[in-house]
Amino acid sequence: MGAFVSIDLKTRLQSFELAVNLQLPAKGVTVLFGPSGCGKTTLLRCVAGLHRAEGKLEINHTVWQQGEHFVPVHQRNLGYIFQESQLFPHLDVNGNLQYGQKRVPQKKNSIQPQQVLKLLDIENLLDRKPSQLSGGEKQRVAIAQALLLNPKILLMDEPLSALDDARKREIMPYLERLRDELEIPVLYVTHSVDEMMRLADYLVIMDKGKVVAKGNLGEVLSRSDSPVNLGEESGVVIDGEIIERDLEWHLARLSFRGISIWARDMGFDVGSKIRFRVLARDVSLSQYAPTHSSIMNMLPVVVDEISSTEHKGIRLARVMIKDTPILARITARSIHQLDLKKGMQAFAQVKSVAIIE
Amino acid sequence: MFSAADWDAITLTLKLASVVTVLLLLIGTPLAWWLSQTRSVWKGPVSALVAMPIVLPPTVIGFYLLIMLGPKGPLGQLTHALGLGYLPFTFSGLVVASLFYSLPFVVQPIQNAIESIGKRPLEMAAVLRASPLDTFFSVVLPMAWPGFITASVLGFAHTVGEFGVVLMIGGNIPGVTQVISVQIYDHVEALDYSSAHQLSLLMLGFSFVVLLLLYSLRSMNRTSH
Repeated sequence: MGAFVSIDLKTRLQSFELAVNLQLPAKGVTVLFGPSGCGKTTLLRCVAGLHRAEGKLEINHTVWQQGEHFVPVHQRNLGYIFQESQLFPHLDVNGNLQYGQKRVPQKKNSIQPQQVLKLLDIENLLDRKPSQLSGGEKQRVAIAQALLLNPKILLMDEPLSALDDARKREIMPYLERLRDELEIPVLYVTHSVDEMMRLADYLVIMDKGKVVAKGNLGEVLSRSDSPVNLGEESGVVIDGEIIERDLEWHLARLSFRGISIWARDMGFDVGSKIRFRVLARDVSLSQYAPTHSSIMNMLPVVVDEISSTEHKGIRLARVMIKDTPILARITARSIHQLDLKKGMQAFAQVKSVAIIE
Repeated sequence: MFSAADWDAITLTLKLASVVTVLLLLIGTPLAWWLSQTRSVWKGPVSALVAMPIVLPPTVIGFYLLIMLGPKGPLGQLTHALGLGYLPFTFSGLVVASLFYSLPFVVQPIQNAIESIGKRPLEMAAVLRASPLDTFFSVVLPMAWPGFITASVLGFAHTVGEFGVVLMIGGNIPGVTQVISVQIYDHVEALDYSSAHQLSLLMLGFSFVVLLLLYSLRSMNRTSH
């Protein structure tokens, strides 16, 4: 059984060679993350066929590229969302939506147009001209345009980067909805830590044309020697569920893999699936369970690994809560004083967790 | 007002310019599309060749075409072998010569218009499943149409205004190759200044109106974007 998305491509860029070999999951969002110029957008363009690389590319058991065989862009069953989505200026929103739709054979199982319009909340924009739309609205139309093709894979090239913060907040819920409702793989290019943490199921980190780390989001982020240096933003992302709300104190209890912690109540109902982020700088370690602390979340952990950071005085400790790793950013002196070592038992005090959706 | 010979020259000129404009749009569009898209090493040389008539004296073009299309020229032998006879001093000869002469005035506006659309709309069309030909008709034409209008107007007007090439390859045969510009020359030679005035004024008015249309079209198009 081959992987659903199988990429083995090589191409020369101005200053380095892009060489990527990836097998990606059939469903969910794969975030291609890395600094500007690392080749992530080029990789996406290669998958679309907008840039011709050498090698092999197979999507959904269809070979798009191998040796001399190269399926041209317009025959690839994909949806592509560009960074600053322009729409065709000579067509209204409806015309833009239909442009792609009428060029694909409509199958019985195809996504219902009404459903797409509703999902992206653009039903009342249909007879507007692109020049009358805000950046966020344009981007939503562009996403709908791609979905109406009923694609086998969705490629998104920094779809939020051209938008201001308010517009980003406007689009993000739609992207999260897409991630939860789409049955197809999504390749999402970004250099934003926030977008990566919110959207990724699977993470591919790139640098200078190479893949430097890949794996499930939680797994890659919890590596203490992570190749992506997030500095103050180091931390892990955990998927869980709200199991209790304390309305008197405005708190919510989150549960994941049999562990539970308290967080600020963000208004989610009990039973909501949520994703939350635990920053390494919000986690401290102690040898004994403190009894009178302002910190509510006290979890027994086992030290797994300690590594250096960009600053000599700071270490990053990876500790396991049962089988869930989290990171703690602590001083080298504390490590020395507590004599923390791999395999030691300790208590993690989690000062705060942030629900990110 | 105009003599019968003048009317002949006017209708012949309009006929020539119309035929040439239609043919140039058909030839120039694919050429402009290719020039706007290609990364071939031939782009430079082909662009230079297309632009040559802008800088060359029309007599030079006419001279070479006369030789090429004549009985000893390769093109002349070809047309003769095809049963078309020799083209110099015929209407067809004028058409062929005008095609070369007015080519840059059609190709360049179209090429500029296509290039100013940018790559992105073409890529958008491709990911929305439009083949390159489909993209041309569904995206390039609707977005670049002012460039096509400019190209048609310039190609037409430039053909109307040609003189040197016509004289070299067409001669001065009434009703066959005697266009307005040549007719004016004839009137002046014969010291018939009043007839020369009438035709010249016609050309002057025509040129002004054409250019006026062109510039108002441009500013209209600019404000609509």
